[in-house]
Amino acid sequence: MNTAINSKKHKDYIIGFGLLILLLGTITVLEQILPRTSMIFTVLKKGAIYALVAVSMNLLNGFTGLFSLGQAGFMLLGAYTYAIFTIPVAARPQVYQYFDGGIIQFTIPVAAALILSGLVAAFFAYLIGLPVLHLKSDYLAIATLGFAEILRAIFQWDKIGVITNGSNLLKKYPVFKSCLFYFAVAIICITLIVLLINSTYGRAFKAIRDDEVAAEAMGINLAKHKQLSFVISSFFAGISGALLAIFQTTIQAKQFTSAMTYEILLIVVIGGIGSITGSCISSFLFIACSEWLLRFLDDAKLNFSSVQIFRPGFRKVVFAIVIMAIVLFYQKGIMGDKEFSFSRFTQSVKKLFPGFKKAKVIKSKSEGAAE
Amino acid sequence: MEFLQTNLPYFLAGISTGGQYALIAIGYTMVYGILRLINFAHGDVFMAAGLIMIYSYTIMPLWISIPFTIILTVLLGFSIERVAYKPLRTAPRMSIMISAIGMSYLLQNFALYITGGLTKFFPSIPWISDSITIFGAVTKRVTVITPFLTIFLVISLVYLIKHTKIGMAMRAVSKDFETSELMGIKVDTVISSTFIIGSFLAAVGSLLFFSNYSGVTPTVGAMPGLKAFVAAVFGGIGSIPGAVIGAFLIGICENIIKGLGWTTFSDAFTFVLLIAVLMFMPTGIFGEKQTDKV
Repeated sequence: MNTAINSKKHKDYIIGFGLLILLLGTITVLEQILPRTSMIFTVLKKGAIYALVAVSMNLLNGFTGLFSLGQAGFMLLGAYTYAIFTIPVAARPQVYQYFDGGIIQFTIPVAAALILSGLVAAFFAYLIGLPVLHLKSDYLAIATLGFAEILRAIFQWDKIGVITNGSNLLKKYPVFKSCLFYFAVAIICITLIVLLINSTYGRAFKAIRDDEVAAEAMGINLAKHKQLSFVISSFFAGISGALLAIFQTTIQAKQFTSAMTYEILLIVVIGGIGSITGSCISSFLFIACSEWLLRFLDDAKLNFSSVQIFRPGFRKVVFAIVIMAIVLFYQKGIMGDKEFSFSRFTQSVKKLFPGFKKAKVIKSKSEGAAE
Repeated sequence: MEFLQTNLPYFLAGISTGGQYALIAIGYTMVYGILRLINFAHGDVFMAAGLIMIYSYTIMPLWISIPFTIILTVLLGFSIERVAYKPLRTAPRMSIMISAIGMSYLLQNFALYITGGLTKFFPSIPWISDSITIFGAVTKRVTVITPFLTIFLVISLVYLIKHTKIGMAMRAVSKDFETSELMGIKVDTVISSTFIIGSFLAAVGSLLFFSNYSGVTPTVGAMPGLKAFVAAVFGGIGSIPGAVIGAFLIGICENIIKGLGWTTFSDAFTFVLLIAVLMFMPTGIFGEKQTDKV
């Protein structure tokens, strides 16, 4: 029995890996044949970035049961660290034009900067975690939200403008045009998170989520594990912030508002709290809907009568109503707390259409590839 | 005297902003006291009141548009509770909070759609928007009215809670939700009336606030909302006088910080205060001892 489950899991991993390769292959082909400006690339890049940050938030909210709303703050740290340490020295006088070129006059390689951006976010998370992690549910949420706002204020402060460029834009740092870069980083990071969740630490996190008192009685050090989860989650949020900086080509502290954290939280909720694959699927869906698929709703040509219902912004209203409906009536989200598994997927398809099995297997394969 | 002259405008502005925060904070503290829910949408109800006033003022005279705004805002608050929170009454606390965040997202996007992303300007209401001079400091009349109006409203509210039947029901529900239900209190009615009172005060606060800071954007409610919540925590969540004192303190400190030239940190200060309160005095000034907070 045990070996049967294992082999099934094994098969799932292999299929998942195959799908991933297929996905990357498709993207490579798409990049060759479609124009660079196509909306699909924006969706793919932003989707990959949000998938990473959503998974990192899920690690905290879904797997450890710590309701934190500080994600935007850690993304800000990551984005700024990446930008500050990679702007070429030659471009610095131009970027830091109000601060005499800034005080940091060296650059580090992109890969090192990415990791450093994660580390800086993790370090701040460690400091912030010391006082706030013993707070419970909504108090923790509001305290982390507060810290994110404080960070945002500090980064716009003129006095440290020689490092952060005050409230001005940071730009001219190295960027990558290809989607593959974003996917590669996101996939590596998400894989690391999955490995962590399946390890002893991950089990301890889940135990804390399910029952703190019982977990403590079983010998789990609550403070240590909460701190660990918080720091690791912030590490990956920092990296996703760096990716966001790369994607946008310019970065400014002003944009990392609490509204951004709310969006990430909604992605996690739609995907299912406690499901990694759910977060990934929903972040692509979320970005695709808000940036691309629902755009037709903004089209004024759709109006029949003199009342201008369809005009810019309408898609956002429809989208928000759909989200509210999910939150109210479909609280489990897309995946609940389960993971996307190919065998379960085929099974549920078979259950839906009990008649013709053979044909469905082939169809479900193509559907699976589409996801 | 010179010191007073230079700082008086900030102090006056502080008292006035504080009064406006107080009116919002009461909505937070009452809802939290009963439902244990941070009503993230409350700041957006405040914003919506501003927009309703702007649009209604363009089509009807002032003396109708003010009551119209207040009634519509109350209806909005009431329906938010019925639509977004009531179905989740038995769900875990986190779900209700997510629902509140979703509601805030919906209201902001709806406001974005209505305004088309442009900053709308609040009409200047005659008499209360007039400039006056106090001890050599020029300010709007609304600055002086706000604290008195706030205190008047708070006293009436405290009277309502202490001496009426519905007030007693509110106190009972906030003490123990289930027992009060067993004692025959209609919990849904009590919760609805809490939201009605909260939205009413937010509408009044919004009229005063936007007479001072006239630009209304879809996200304008978020910051005053969070600050009012901090005020509620500072005063001891669930306590109305506490929330009012906290709000005045935050309003005054914030404006003095602005006066010192640290404008960047005027928002951050509130959160520093929040964290300090949560660290050292989690029950706030007037809060009851509770074990589930920390």
